[in-house]
Amino acid sequence: MSYDSTYTREIPLVEARSGFKEIDSVLTHPLDTKPTKGWWIAFAISFTALLIGALSLANTLYFGIGEWGNNQPVGWAFDIVNFVFWIGIGHAGTLISAILFLFRQRWRTGIARFAEAMTIFAVMTAGIFPIIHTGRPWLAGYLLPLPNQNGVWVNFASPLLWDVFAVSTYFTISFLFWGIGLVPDLAVLRDRTTNKIKKTIYSVASLGWNFSNRNWSNYERAYLILAGISTPLVLSVHSIVSFDFAVSVIPGWHTTIFPPYFVAGAIFSGFGMVSTVLIIVRKVFDLEHIVTINHLEKMNKILLATGMMVGYAYAMEFFIAWYSGNTFEQFVFINRAFGPYAWAYWIMVSCNVFFPQLFWFKKVRRSIPITMVLVILVNVGMWFERFVIVVTSLHRDFLPSSWAMYAPTITDFGLLLGSFGFFFTFLLLFLKALPLVSIAEIKAVVEGAQPSIHPHPHSSNGEHK
Amino acid sequence: MIKKIQNFFKEFNSREDDEKRSGKIYAVTSLFDTPNEIMNASTEVADKGYKRFDTFTPYPVHGLDQAMGITNPLVGPIAFVGGILGCFLALLMIWWMSDANYPNIIGGKPFFALPAAIPITFEGTVLLTGIATVVGMLVLLNKLPKINNPLNDTEFMKHVSSDKFGIVIGANDKNFSETEVRDLFQSLGGHSIQNVYYRESNLTDKTPLFDSKFIMTLIAVAGLTALVSYFTLNYVLYEVVPFDWMRHQAKINSQSPSDFFPDKAGMRTPVEGTVARGFMPYEYKGLPDSAVRLLANPLPASKNILERGQDRYNIFCSPCHGYFGEGDGRMNDQFPKPPSLHNNKVLNWMDGNIYHVLTNGQNVMPSYESQISRDDRWAIVHYVRALQRSKNAKDQDLPK
Repeated sequence: MSYDSTYTREIPLVEARSGFKEIDSVLTHPLDTKPTKGWWIAFAISFTALLIGALSLANTLYFGIGEWGNNQPVGWAFDIVNFVFWIGIGHAGTLISAILFLFRQRWRTGIARFAEAMTIFAVMTAGIFPIIHTGRPWLAGYLLPLPNQNGVWVNFASPLLWDVFAVSTYFTISFLFWGIGLVPDLAVLRDRTTNKIKKTIYSVASLGWNFSNRNWSNYERAYLILAGISTPLVLSVHSIVSFDFAVSVIPGWHTTIFPPYFVAGAIFSGFGMVSTVLIIVRKVFDLEHIVTINHLEKMNKILLATGMMVGYAYAMEFFIAWYSGNTFEQFVFINRAFGPYAWAYWIMVSCNVFFPQLFWFKKVRRSIPITMVLVILVNVGMWFERFVIVVTSLHRDFLPSSWAMYAPTITDFGLLLGSFGFFFTFLLLFLKALPLVSIAEIKAVVEGAQPSIHPHPHSSNGEHK
Repeated sequence: MIKKIQNFFKEFNSREDDEKRSGKIYAVTSLFDTPNEIMNASTEVADKGYKRFDTFTPYPVHGLDQAMGITNPLVGPIAFVGGILGCFLALLMIWWMSDANYPNIIGGKPFFALPAAIPITFEGTVLLTGIATVVGMLVLLNKLPKINNPLNDTEFMKHVSSDKFGIVIGANDKNFSETEVRDLFQSLGGHSIQNVYYRESNLTDKTPLFDSKFIMTLIAVAGLTALVSYFTLNYVLYEVVPFDWMRHQAKINSQSPSDFFPDKAGMRTPVEGTVARGFMPYEYKGLPDSAVRLLANPLPASKNILERGQDRYNIFCSPCHGYFGEGDGRMNDQFPKPPSLHNNKVLNWMDGNIYHVLTNGQNVMPSYESQISRDDRWAIVHYVRALQRSKNAKDQDLPK
């Protein structure tokens, strides 16, 4: 043992060696009990936010998007900012469930299910915005290459169409990934419950899963393949979202750094959101020994790393603007940092690059209150990053006569608030309806869960039943 | 209503849960306590030559596959086929839609170019790989959904889903003998050794899929879905419909009132002294037809024009002049009989004179300027000429 045992020995993933039965009862406890007061308060707040969003949406649908602050030259604003923000939030879920799985980071088990659920709800939230931003959402069917009376098809050369395919594929694959993780857990619930109505629902939803090793064998292989394809998928989704900007010719958008820059930012913001919610949830649902302080510390390290990638991208944008010798490009970046929207730029830089530097200190990484503050700042900073990219690039375009400032309306703020309400309402319902940590996976990483003896290879092959 | 629903749930909850088991044995099950025990036990069972056996664990135990001597060779190929299919279908779709079926010029770019097709092809590949993997794993390989598996709803399943490990040797194994299997389990350290019997529903040939109630429900659901999607697609998605199907628009229709103008009329008269482009006023208005020095008919005497002329003539002229211009129209008793169009005067007229009478009126005949458009009047002139020629046909006009 060296001087610091916590860093030389693999830390147990589940503290205090829980028995399997205990894991079952801890993880299904929120499902078997009536909601607590805390849950109702949280639900009331998020549902109110959702209703405010619904009112703003009704206002938008009835009167049109003239209710928003968007106007020439800032034709994209909160709608696209929110879309990119929420899509980015989703990326942490896939990163945790797929990329960390491929890297054999077993600590992901404690947070994977929860992060995947966040992915799904975040993509659902994000999906609202491009559809309402078209102005006539009842014509959203034309986004898909469906046969119609006009005989014309969609434009396959447009990044906006790539977006449609990327986001819908991303949602489907995330849902499948989440869904097959849930099947064995639903079977656990089926075998635990005494209520027949619940049992019927769980029996159908678990598809009659029976924990047979022949099934597990195929299941694990399928899970590995899904993780393998989700990894390039998650990278492609935010790359394609960045094409929405990079393929245009607006200074500040037209850069090749955008795909990796967007992906790093997405992971950064997603981890910020996962941490924010998880810190509250583990406290409220008594899961501190399953989602441990070690998990949070590891996530903080990832936040530090991705935060610096994002900081590198900010610096590199400036460097390229200078190095390219393109005056328009130079103007945009100087204008970002010192122009009328400098406040937004410096909120972004300080929240995303400066404050996360505190995570270099182990004390900070392991302190829950400080982490909470920092991850909330990350959320704020990443929202402002999208604001800076979208609005500051547009408000000063090539023609000085058309320069104008952007002012959001109350409908814009209502939709922003509503998007949080939508996301958290779904999240709270999820917390009460399904186990928020994968029961089967967490059992597999408990100390002593895997055999200490190794089998000898066989000559005879069992058939699949 | 709420009482009824509550009662339904109560009744549902108190229903007998366990389905009747038949006397036919399905398998013998045994439980083990630790992962090491289950490793040893499954190795032994496989070594004894059993084929129809399976190991049950609450989570995937690594190494069990080798202990049982099984592999999972099919998941990968299924995923691969799905991926190839997705890639091919996406490329085919893009090429067919943007190059073959409806080529659209977009920015002067090629109709189909690989670089622009890459993102969607990639997404298609991932999508079908994922769907094929999940559906292949669950349905094709694991034979799910199967809710009435004999092992479900047993004490054995309740344990292996939570904290115990189990082995099942199926009665359909060719080495199966109940006593031997029980002895084997005992010697391996297993406990709670039990027989599991088939459910009665497992033994009947009827699959619940072909149950008439189930099929009727499916048909009803399908019909309802089709109807709802038909109306949604037709009236919401593809008709331009912000709430009123565009029936109300910010414009004034002809004949409708308007508060905007002082005279409350939606329709406006042209400004004094103005003329619509290409519509100079008729210059011989009110003049006798001897003053008319009108030129030739501007329209060609084509089949379309003649048919149009006939159509207009039958509507506007035939009531008095009759279908053949003989002055024997249907209004004979109410109005003075007009002269025949086949008399010498009309026969010797120029086209311009007939046009003048139509436009200006003559004697009792009023002007038709406001009722028949300029081109239609010239078409009628052609038709009248055709009528005249048919009444005074010469031998060489007859078809040979």
